[in-house]
Amino acid sequence: MNNFFQTTIIVGLFASTIRIATPFLFASIGELVTERSGVLNLGIEGILQIGALVGFLITFRTGSHWLGVFGAGFSGIVLGIFMGWMVTTLKLNQTVSGLALNLLAGGIAFYWFRVVFADVGAENLPNLRIFQTARFPILSDIPYIGTIFFRQQWLTYLAFLSVPVVSYFLYRTRVGLQLRCTGENPRAVDMKGLSVAKHQYGALAFGGFMAGVGGSFLTLASSGMFIPEIQAGRGWIAIALVIFGNWIPWRILVVALFFGLIEAVQLTLQALNANVPHQLLLALPYLLTIIALCTAAGRSRSPLHLGLPYKRE
Amino acid sequence: MTGLPDHARPILQPILQVENLTKRFPSVLALDNVSMDVKRGEIHCLLGENGAGKSTLSETIYGTYLPDSGKIFFRGAPVEIMSPKDAIAAGISIVHQHFVLVPPLTVLENVILGTQKSGLYMDLKYARERLNELSRNYGVALNLDARVWHLSVGEQQWVEIFKALYIGVDLLILDEPTAVLTPQQSERLFSVIKQMRDEGLAIIFITHKLKEVKAVSDRVTVLRKGKKIATVNTKDVSKQELANMMVGRDVVFTIERQDMPPGEVVFEANNLRALNFHGEEGLRGVSFDVREKEVLGLAGVSGNGQKLLFDVIVGQEKPTEGSLKLAGRDITNTTTSKRMKLGLSSIPEDRIKEGLVMDFMVEENLILGFQRREPFAKGKTLVNQKAIRKFSKKSIEDFDIATPSSKQISKKLSGGNLQKLILAREFSQETKFLIAGQPTRGLDVGSTEYVRRRILEQKRKGAGVLLISEDLDEILNLSDRIAVIFKGELMDIIDVNEADIEQLGLLMAGIQKGEEV
Repeated sequence: MNNFFQTTIIVGLFASTIRIATPFLFASIGELVTERSGVLNLGIEGILQIGALVGFLITFRTGSHWLGVFGAGFSGIVLGIFMGWMVTTLKLNQTVSGLALNLLAGGIAFYWFRVVFADVGAENLPNLRIFQTARFPILSDIPYIGTIFFRQQWLTYLAFLSVPVVSYFLYRTRVGLQLRCTGENPRAVDMKGLSVAKHQYGALAFGGFMAGVGGSFLTLASSGMFIPEIQAGRGWIAIALVIFGNWIPWRILVVALFFGLIEAVQLTLQALNANVPHQLLLALPYLLTIIALCTAAGRSRSPLHLGLPYKRE
Repeated sequence: MTGLPDHARPILQPILQVENLTKRFPSVLALDNVSMDVKRGEIHCLLGENGAGKSTLSETIYGTYLPDSGKIFFRGAPVEIMSPKDAIAAGISIVHQHFVLVPPLTVLENVILGTQKSGLYMDLKYARERLNELSRNYGVALNLDARVWHLSVGEQQWVEIFKALYIGVDLLILDEPTAVLTPQQSERLFSVIKQMRDEGLAIIFITHKLKEVKAVSDRVTVLRKGKKIATVNTKDVSKQELANMMVGRDVVFTIERQDMPPGEVVFEANNLRALNFHGEEGLRGVSFDVREKEVLGLAGVSGNGQKLLFDVIVGQEKPTEGSLKLAGRDITNTTTSKRMKLGLSSIPEDRIKEGLVMDFMVEENLILGFQRREPFAKGKTLVNQKAIRKFSKKSIEDFDIATPSSKQISKKLSGGNLQKLILAREFSQETKFLIAGQPTRGLDVGSTEYVRRRILEQKRKGAGVLLISEDLDEILNLSDRIAVIFKGELMDIIDVNEADIEQLGLLMAGIQKGEEV
């Protein structure tokens, strides 16, 4: 009996690892593409929140989860393009622009939420039924494996699918090559008669879309409700994961899963009432992020022109 | 050349005509009513000093800059080249002086970037075939799958040229292509571009070296301060005539180096090893010494560890192994400012980024690094404005720095005056050991002469000098001994009286005496 209990916990642990990794994966794969074009978008924390809210509101009104996801993705595209306008067209400092985008998004989300649910008290905030998990014939019924891999959210499969797709795009396609060159040496792109701005706008729009969808996962596939700051620092961690993953899609997948595992362990330990201070458990993912970044610092290689505006001399 | 009689050769139509081109930048008139033409099957040199407008002219032809007025005709018809895209479409390509490559990517990826206009996939098979064909045609071997940052500068140059040839060009512009090559590599380049010319290409070859004009070109257009001085057939003019046209006055070429008995050893480097930016070993056991009243020239193609050696010597990088001695004291683990106090003066290779704060006033730059010393310091926290003012006035006079006042913002000064400013600062203390990185790069003839004279003056006063330069003539003119660096190792140290340019060139390419080439 005890044995069965342990197995259930472990299966649950791995299943939640994959679930928890999903929004991180969306945000960091999007951010990866953005950074490969030479733009550091620090605004994805804010885009996650807007995506979470927009997804929630649309689904709340229409009842369609997928409409909510697309709406969230679209809001991310809008914010990504806004970021592009600041850093590519106006050539503002990317760090400042990203921080500004966060503040703006946070403000909009809070205000919008309060306007829509003005007369609702904190105790009875609206709730949605979340997405139904996927079911596959036979596969979902395999013991353990089925629970871990084949009863996840559809959005989770999308997030994992984005890894090979983005990898293929970056390394095998024409536009992928141009995008990588933009992040390494935009002048080379410019001197070949290609537009640096177009590539960066495109990358930011994609990164915004991914962060928006990642945000909607939080409300539509995870909690079923929206509260301000629901993203709780996931955007920042996603940026750290890109660094930790050394700007390579497959490595980002690995580190996102690793991070998901830590979170899952933390949650499980809390649930089990383990004799560890829960503050420490809560801090664990963040501590590990810092340690990971410190160890990765020496070995990782960022795109050479990351964070620098491109101007013709 | 082909055996056709002159009148039958298709070289007589100009493929490019530039008429009355004018381009003004905020502070300078870079092109003043310049007209020229280039024919098919011709190598046309653009000769001029730094700042004469050569690069501006070529970048305007390529569409990087838009002219303020003037016309460009290509293949006889007027063209509006608004951007590099238009130039490429017309069949014009350029190899920039500072390469425009993407270092972490492979040669193949660099070449095909932007060449394919549509489609999801890259046609790598076609690209490989076409590049191999070009390789065979010009006898240049390139590893298409090597990452560019693993290539030598000479190989990178070929990548740039192949980039241009791959898309198919009628007019190829080469901007100072030999600046980073050994003499032998330059010869090789000349023979390849002559082959291109004979195949019917028009080539604009930008240079400030008279030797190259004579060696490679059919015609030459001389620019000075944005104005065209003349276009002449190369075979009709002498080097001296070209020099006079370029500078606008009679030029004396050589500077008198004085042989003098060297004194004590003032600087020693023992078995230095250090890691470069990529984490690879950029210095691999470098040992040498410099004596008082001696100039040791360090020759080598750029990127072979010169910059790292400079940084290690001034204390901006730590060696992983080995030791440094200055005036008899071990300085391996001391800070830059301690080293300066012991009599180290330095002229950094990148004067704008490392030598000066461009937004500071001239007088602030003049005491940079000395602000904690008498007489500029007033107690522990304040600076003595009066002393600074007095020192600045004297420096501006002594070093002939052209500036309206000591309060001028430094970035308004020309390159030559900025370099003089650095000299004035560095020589304001008694210099025991001077390390000069590319001290005349980018300077006009007058400033170059001045800087060289000042360096030799330090030698006369008793300093030991390490002169890092890619300009072999400069090395041969100023040095008493010459060390050659290749891939972070010193190939040899030879006395200047026993050195010849052929042998230095081989050493710069990593080939020891007696080895098979």
